[in-house]
Amino acid sequence: MNRIAVLSFCLVFPAMVIAIDTGQTLDDPVLQARYEKIIEEVRCLKCQNQTIKDSNAFLAGDLRREIRRLLTEGKTDAEIFDFLVLRYGEFALYRPRASGKTLILWIAPFFLLIVGGVIIVRVLRDRMRLPIDDERDTAER
Amino acid sequence: MTRYLLPIAFFAILIPVFVVGLAKDPTVLPSTFLGKSAPEFELPLLHEPGETISNKTFADQLVLVNFWATWCVGCRQEHDFLKQLSANNVIPVYGINWRDDRDKAIEWLNELGDPYVMSGFDGGNHTGIDWGVYAAPETFLIDASGIVVYKHLGPLNSYVWQKEFVPRLAAANGATM
Repeated sequence: MNRIAVLSFCLVFPAMVIAIDTGQTLDDPVLQARYEKIIEEVRCLKCQNQTIKDSNAFLAGDLRREIRRLLTEGKTDAEIFDFLVLRYGEFALYRPRASGKTLILWIAPFFLLIVGGVIIVRVLRDRMRLPIDDERDTAER
Repeated sequence: MTRYLLPIAFFAILIPVFVVGLAKDPTVLPSTFLGKSAPEFELPLLHEPGETISNKTFADQLVLVNFWATWCVGCRQEHDFLKQLSANNVIPVYGINWRDDRDKAIEWLNELGDPYVMSGFDGGNHTGIDWGVYAAPETFLIDASGIVVYKHLGPLNSYVWQKEFVPRLAAANGATM
């Protein structure tokens, strides 16, 4: 059983290390590190649940090329994200920036958490006011 | 009483949110250039690489700019409709052959007919990225002052034309007259 598990592990995992990004690496290791961080943050518009790091769609490859070009031109990360948002909208970023349009995305989870908390507290308080049903309590034990 | 009304009210609010939200196609992204100037571009012509097409080519005109490729099935579907548009002089259609092979593209136009006033060649996807193109075919409606009025994702046909383009053409023509 163990041997089968190891074997299937070995058979399945090599497929996952095939390099998708076949573009040239940047000469400057600092730029390369920034490049790798940026491409993890950008959505492939053609294959929407993948980042351009994970996608082998040609659009992802072209966007990686553009990001490499912008990095070598000395653009900052913010300028590169602006470049993408200008063309493809805030949707292109996996972490949309907090702005008027995306504010609801940032606020909604906390708002819902508070609403849920208030409901729970109220329900529990109501329950505490109920008389304890001794008879059933003992019957169950 | 509110004990029962509250969940019902909540439900009543959620239903329209879901109806609207779930009916939307998340793969259709509106152009970020709607209501703004079309991005500057300059490309070699498909047939004559020595000459170029740019925003100036169709300045002062209401035009369609159609991004297409020979590998794109939707482009083949809409091709006859584009030919109808130009045959009937409905609107000038400019083509941009996107992420494609020049020879294949010329062969396609020879074989299926050429609906375009002029075709640019964007084999390297530079203008495509500048225009936010992510899936061919995409068709931009650009008015006489160079503003992007509308972008359609996917093949054009008479239904889409009547629904999305005709009212916008009427509005754009009314504004210039």
